[in-house]
Amino acid sequence: MLRAEGLKHRFGAVRALDDVSFSVQPGQTLAVFGPNGAGKTTLLKVLAGLIQPQRGRAHVEGGRRVIGWIGHQPQLYGQLTVRENLRFWASLYDVSPPGDLLARLGLDDHADRPVRALSRGLVQRVAIARALVHDPTVLLLDEPFTGLDRVAAEALRRLLGDVMKQGGASVLVTHNVEEGTELATDVAFMRAGRFVHFAPRAGRGPEQVAEEYRNAIA
Amino acid sequence: MRSPDLLRHAWTVASKDLLVEFRSRTGILSAAVFVVLVLMVFNFGRDPTAVSNVVLVPSILWVTFTFAAILALNRAFQLELENQALDGLLLAPIGRGSIYLGKLVANLLFVATVEVIGVPLVALFFNVEVWSHIGPLGGIIALATIGFVAIGTLFSAMTVRTRFAELLLPAVLLPFMILPLAWATLATTSVFAGRPLSEMAGWLKMLAGYDMVFVVLSLLLFPATVNE
Repeated sequence: MLRAEGLKHRFGAVRALDDVSFSVQPGQTLAVFGPNGAGKTTLLKVLAGLIQPQRGRAHVEGGRRVIGWIGHQPQLYGQLTVRENLRFWASLYDVSPPGDLLARLGLDDHADRPVRALSRGLVQRVAIARALVHDPTVLLLDEPFTGLDRVAAEALRRLLGDVMKQGGASVLVTHNVEEGTELATDVAFMRAGRFVHFAPRAGRGPEQVAEEYRNAIA
Repeated sequence: MRSPDLLRHAWTVASKDLLVEFRSRTGILSAAVFVVLVLMVFNFGRDPTAVSNVVLVPSILWVTFTFAAILALNRAFQLELENQALDGLLLAPIGRGSIYLGKLVANLLFVATVEVIGVPLVALFFNVEVWSHIGPLGGIIALATIGFVAIGTLFSAMTVRTRFAELLLPAVLLPFMILPLAWATLATTSVFAGRPLSEMAGWLKMLAGYDMVFVVLSLLLFPATVNE
């Protein structure tokens, strides 16, 4: 469903990706943990086709149409209302926003408010709705829990679970091991553009993964 | 990508930009105020006995439109950077050409609005007869505007991620505007002087050629300017 082969990319002297290869199958969620500057966001951008890698290739079955992106920036227009934003993004995918999307994220009461008038947590919920507006099967998540309150974080976990149950795949990058582990079927640790660990989660809990992460990254 | 999809998605992008501008009105208001102030400065700064208005006004008109357009072009892609919406646009399954054409249409409408405000003010401040020449004048303004907004939209995308985008855009754009502005000014002078249309046909053909070349060129180059 999603494949990366020998990805290499540099920004000047900085090695952002250094021979990264992996694949993610339907139903899998790969959580990539790494410190700031490890190359996590570059990896996601290469998978999304936003950055052309200098070496190697990334392939997503179904192309850009099936990708949903949730990042720490909401990719929304502050002057437009929640509903107008969703309608705009949906129209780029030639679909209409799913009728229950706003309700699932607790945004019903805010649909006609401009995004700039919403709190950080609500904006992040709208960003999640925007990413799901075209019913994607591949989710790319860049620190998706940033700014989310507990209710919204729980809603996000539920929505991601739904996508996985329907045969979707996702790659989640974060430096926060605790929040990412529970969602993951597979875990990778990234340092200086390389995977230093890549294995199925195999029942490991957040504490165990966090300890292994500390040992691998130290 | 099929042409109907290209145009439909372009209109989606353009109408979004126009709606955002309609909601904030900051861009159009600042450009309109800029036009009024520049025309006032020119009006009070000239010696009416030294040069006749018919000779002076075309230059004033185009200098004013040029800088008002740069104001508009500067904000064209700024809007997309605020919440990294540009990444969302690039990720969507639409051609890069749709994004460029959408931005071009929105910028054209924005600059046209500023020009619609500017022309009557020129007539008012400089006491030149505009209404009897409105057809040819409108044609010249449209042809010149399409050309420099086309190239300006491309350069706006190129410079928006740089540290000094607002300074860099005029620096790279103005050299490309010299030719269309020169042709437009010459043609406008002919119009105000009441010369026959056949006399300015050459300028108009060159403006139309410039438009075709730079719209196509910008459309082809745009994908390379937005890829990281």
